[in-house]
Amino acid sequence: MNVLKKLFAIAGIALGMLAFVPHASAQEAPDTLVKRISLEVLETAKTDKDIQGGNQKRVLELVESKVLPHVDFQRMTALAAGRFWREATPEQQKQLTNEFRTLLVYTYSGAISQIRDQKLDFKPMRAEPSDTEVEVRTQVLQPRGGDPIQLNYRLEKTPNGWKIYDMNVLGAWLVETYKGNFAAEINKGGIDGLIKTLTDKNKRLAASIAKAPKAS
Amino acid sequence: MSAIRRIAVLAIALALAGCATNNPRDPLEPFNRAMFQFNDKLDQVALKPTAEAYSKLPSFVRTGVGNFFGNLGDVPTAVNNLLQGKLADGLSDVMRVAVNTTFGFGGLLDIGTEAGLYKHNEDFGQTLGKWGVRSGPYVVLPLFGSSTLRDTLVMPVDIEADPWHYARPIRWRNTGSVVRVVDQRAALLDASNLLEEAALDRYVFVRDAYLQRRQSKVYDGEPPETSTYEFDVGPTLTEAGGDAASTSSVAAAKSGEPESKRVVEVEQNARHHAQPDTKENIK
Repeated sequence: MNVLKKLFAIAGIALGMLAFVPHASAQEAPDTLVKRISLEVLETAKTDKDIQGGNQKRVLELVESKVLPHVDFQRMTALAAGRFWREATPEQQKQLTNEFRTLLVYTYSGAISQIRDQKLDFKPMRAEPSDTEVEVRTQVLQPRGGDPIQLNYRLEKTPNGWKIYDMNVLGAWLVETYKGNFAAEINKGGIDGLIKTLTDKNKRLAASIAKAPKAS
Repeated sequence: MSAIRRIAVLAIALALAGCATNNPRDPLEPFNRAMFQFNDKLDQVALKPTAEAYSKLPSFVRTGVGNFFGNLGDVPTAVNNLLQGKLADGLSDVMRVAVNTTFGFGGLLDIGTEAGLYKHNEDFGQTLGKWGVRSGPYVVLPLFGSSTLRDTLVMPVDIEADPWHYARPIRWRNTGSVVRVVDQRAALLDASNLLEEAALDRYVFVRDAYLQRRQSKVYDGEPPETSTYEFDVGPTLTEAGGDAASTSSVAAAKSGEPESKRVVEVEQNARHHAQPDTKENIK
C-alpha cells in the first residue's frame, strides 16, 4: 500500500513537472516576439484608415496595446540616466520612468504614423539558447528605394517574457543617444530639472496632438 | 621643432583643454553649437520651406530626381567599396550603375534595387575609417552640417569623386547641385519633424546620434565597440511590491487600460492648459 502511494506521489510530481516544462518553453523566443509585434503594428498601421488618415490617437492606442507591454522602461530610463539613477529617490525614479515612457510613446507613435508602404526584413538572430540578453536585427525597406533603415532591438529575459530595453535606429542606440540629453539637463537643474523638462515637453506634445489630430 | 612652434602647440592644447566640456568627443562644442544654430536658421528660413514646396511635386518627379543623383552617387560608392576590400559589394554597385544608366534611362529609374542589387552608401571618410583612421572630434560645418574631423579633411576627395562635379556648363551643374540638396532635404522632412519631438536638446541629440551612426556606417552596421552600459541596473523584475511603473506595465499586459489612461490624462491636462497657453511658442 505504502509503495503504491509513493508511486502515485512520484507519478503526480512527474506529471506536475511535465506540466511546467511546456509552460517554460511556451515563453516566446525574442526574435519571434519582435517579428510578431513588428508585423502586427505594420499591418495595422497600413490598413487602418484612421491611422493612414493621420489620427494620432489611434496610433497611440495601437502602440500602447501592442508594444508597451513588451518594453522594460524602467531599465531603459535607468540606463539613460547612468550614474544619476542611484542619486535619485524612488519617487524621482518613478516619475522619470513615467515621463520618459510617455515621451518615447509619442515619438514612436509619430514614427508609426508616417508608415506608408514600407516592408520589414528580419535578419537571423545570433544568440545561444542560454543567453538572457539578445539583439534582434531588422530592417525597414523603403518604397522609394533609399537606403534600408536599420532597426535593432536589445531584449532581456524576464519571468514575464522577453522585454525590449534598448532600440537602435540607423546605427544609433536610443539609450546612448539620450544619455547626453539627460546628463545635460541634470547638470543644469538636477534630476527634478530633468523631470520637469520631460513633463513640459510631454504636455506640449499632447497639446499638439489634441489640437491637430492630423499629423503635419 | 622651434621653441615658438612648441609654445604654439602648447597654447592650442591648453585652449582646447580650456573649452573642455562634458563630452570628450566634442572639444569644439562652442564652435559646433554656433554652427548648428547657423545651419538651423538657414534651414528654417531657406532650405526647409523650399523642400516643403518641392515635396508637393508629383512623386514620380521626385523619385526620378532621387534616382538620378543616387545613380551618380553609386560611382564613388563602388570605388570606395572596392578600396575597402568589399569586392562583392563593389561589383554590385558597378552593376547597379550599368543597369540603371542603360535600362534606367540615364539613372531616372532604379532597376537595380528591384533586381536585388541593393543600394550602398560609402564615401572616402568611411574608407579611411575602415582602414583604421579614427574619426577625430565632432565638427559641425556651415551648410554641410554634422561631420567629424577626419571626414571634413577628406571632403575634397569626395567632391572630386562625384561625377556631377564634372557636369558642364557650370550653370547647369550648380542648379543640379541645389536640386540635389533640396531633394535630400525633402526626403528628411518627416525625420526632422520627428527629431523636434524626440529631442530635449537638439544639438546634443543630433551629435550623439550622428557619431553613433557614422561609426555604424564605417563598419556597415557591425561596429566593434557596441554601446556598453555603465551602472547597469539589470532587468526590471515585475514582482509584487514593485513600483507603479512596473505593476502598471504588468496590468497593461492584461488590459492595456492604465497605460492609455495615463497618456490620456496627460492629454486632458494639456487640453485644459492649451486654452490659456495658445500664445506660448511651441518650439
